[in-house]
Amino acid sequence: MHKKALLFLALAALLLAACGGSSASGEGFTFGMILVGPQNDHGWSQAHFEGGQYVVEHLPGAEMIVFDLLNPADKPEATLEGVVDEMVAQGATLIFTTSDEFEEDTTTVAAKYPDVVFVNISGDDALTGEGPANLSNVMGRMEEMKAVAGCAAALTTQTGQLGYVGPLINHETLRLTASAYLGARHCYETYRGENPDDLEFTVSWIGFWFNIPGVTSDPTEVTTNFLDTGVDVVLSGIDTTEAINVAGQRAAAGDAVWAVPYDYLGACDNAPEICLGVPFFNWGPDYLAVATAVIEGEWSQSWLWNGPNWDDLSDLDSSSVGWLNGPGLSEEAAANLADYISKLASGEVAVWAGPINLQDGSSYIAAGAVGTDEEIWYLPQLLEGMNGPSQ
Amino acid sequence: MSRLERIWPLLPGLAALLVTTLLLLAMGTSPIDAYGAMWQGAFGTSARVYSVLAFLVPLLLAASGLLLTFKAGLWNIGIEGQIIMGAIAASWVALRVELPAGLQIPMELAAAMAGGALWAALAGLLKTRGGVHEIFGGLALNNLAILFTNYLIAGPWQPPEGGSFRGTQPFGAHALLPLFENSRLSLLSLVLAVLAFAGVALLLTNSHWGLRLKALGQNARSAFLLGVSSDRELLLAMALCGALAGLGGGVRVLSWFDSLRQSISGGIGYLALMVVLLAGFRLALTPLVAFFFSAVLNGSITLQLRTQLHSALGDILTGVLVLLVLLFGNYARVRRAFRRNRSSENG
Repeated sequence: MHKKALLFLALAALLLAACGGSSASGEGFTFGMILVGPQNDHGWSQAHFEGGQYVVEHLPGAEMIVFDLLNPADKPEATLEGVVDEMVAQGATLIFTTSDEFEEDTTTVAAKYPDVVFVNISGDDALTGEGPANLSNVMGRMEEMKAVAGCAAALTTQTGQLGYVGPLINHETLRLTASAYLGARHCYETYRGENPDDLEFTVSWIGFWFNIPGVTSDPTEVTTNFLDTGVDVVLSGIDTTEAINVAGQRAAAGDAVWAVPYDYLGACDNAPEICLGVPFFNWGPDYLAVATAVIEGEWSQSWLWNGPNWDDLSDLDSSSVGWLNGPGLSEEAAANLADYISKLASGEVAVWAGPINLQDGSSYIAAGAVGTDEEIWYLPQLLEGMNGPSQ
Repeated sequence: MSRLERIWPLLPGLAALLVTTLLLLAMGTSPIDAYGAMWQGAFGTSARVYSVLAFLVPLLLAASGLLLTFKAGLWNIGIEGQIIMGAIAASWVALRVELPAGLQIPMELAAAMAGGALWAALAGLLKTRGGVHEIFGGLALNNLAILFTNYLIAGPWQPPEGGSFRGTQPFGAHALLPLFENSRLSLLSLVLAVLAFAGVALLLTNSHWGLRLKALGQNARSAFLLGVSSDRELLLAMALCGALAGLGGGVRVLSWFDSLRQSISGGIGYLALMVVLLAGFRLALTPLVAFFFSAVLNGSITLQLRTQLHSALGDILTGVLVLLVLLFGNYARVRRAFRRNRSSENG
């Protein structure tokens, strides 16, 4: 009897070990990853690509099909629907469409394939009910990280002039740019003792998520123009790395300039010495959760807007967004930045604490109030004090 | 005609295939799998065939137009802008003008042709009146057309919910071309493209006007001395080409998309230039080459998805092909160069 009991216990332990943990198998599971830019852009698209690689690593046997540069300027012959047709034909049961540009087309094609799960990044059709039941939205809650980026810039600037290289104007880009501005104001006042109204913050929109020669303004020229007109810290809001590249060249020529890239963990590598840090997306954990749910048949529609792991902003297994200090950040600035981050984490300081006025002067968030998710998500204009067009 | 001379035109094609095959081997991919994937992507299912035909329509329209301007000796590089202006004009009717059912779409297509023709005539006027070469004028007008699109999308034609730079709101169903079997193909547009090509062929081979155009293209000065009014012919050739290109732009917004988008053409005009160059300005070859381009580009979508190779492979294949044909496609010229080289070595 004794032996049998032991055997039973051993079996039970084995069984538990097999069930416990995240040992889901990806065998036979195929998912599609559709990117608007190149998969090696050191920016937005590469962050998604590596999120997909994270899924493959954690679900052994899973297969990812990638299609990059899906935009009418690079591939006038390709449509989202055509790419999805082929991915489904190859057995994909989950497809990530990783751009705001794909929002409408994803909703249409999701209706065509009700048995395939679609995840559109940065859209809101699952929130508003415009999308069918097999469509979810995922977005990283980047606002606080952008505020940290703005703070790092304000802690570093010597001229008091910050430049923001923006993509195109929509709710997402307005709220992210405004978040950077709010962080910059806060830190300029709190840690440097300056009047935040003296801080110049200028946005220049290039017209798209990345440079398309002849179509958008050239982000290289935009950055150069910033640095020629007194701006000494450029922040990037676009998918690619022109801002830090140009700032790196100028610094190598002896100018005192810095940059804050965006999107991708490794973006500082382009010019580490002048990189103050990078607010980055870490799609891996969220993508893995979706993929696991699809495999286990437990997926249900959702609109996810996941924030950082405040205990460790650069923990790649848990933080949906993060911030990584760059080598260009001074020790003093790093200490102040750490203080700001800890206060955001504890809730002592909120980025979107009123009073906040819109660029046209109208009141948006009253004194004493903090912006709600909806108010932040659907920010209609830039804020009072920011230079640059709101539409 | 020697045997070598007869098979010569095939050689650059074979050489391009060889280059691409070597490239595939260098990337560690089986060329057979790769070309198989391309074939599947272009012709594997009926949906893929419709897609090839749908992309072919604006390409063939633009290429047909270019046959006219090339015949007149014009480098109408502004064709990209003419496609875009056609798209904009069609969008204007679709968004802003409400017409009875039977008139809506003809009006949109007519506006598209007018938009393209106007933009082309502008490049023509810059040349005839301003002395600005059509290449430079055309390039400037292309950029203006793109800027105009961006202005419209971000400004007056922004969707009511605002905040997007992707395109205008989708046109009403009544304003869109009827689509064939859930594809992006409008049969009407395909018929129009074929008719347009046939019309151009007729003009060039069987009309007095085509003859005058040819005279102009070969020697504008002697044509003038012979009493061919060069300005009028040039402008007319430009306008006709622009009208066809503009129609292609209209088809892009009314069937391929359902709204005016950024990069509505995305370089179809430049592709059409490559098509006509590759066809060696020959009438009969032009639609075949256009179809080949559309098939290769559509096939390379599947190629990328199946093999996960770099997606530019289709562009590389067509690019190498055009380059080789331009460099070595003309047997007589190659032979002359060869002889010159040998005689200079001997001498």
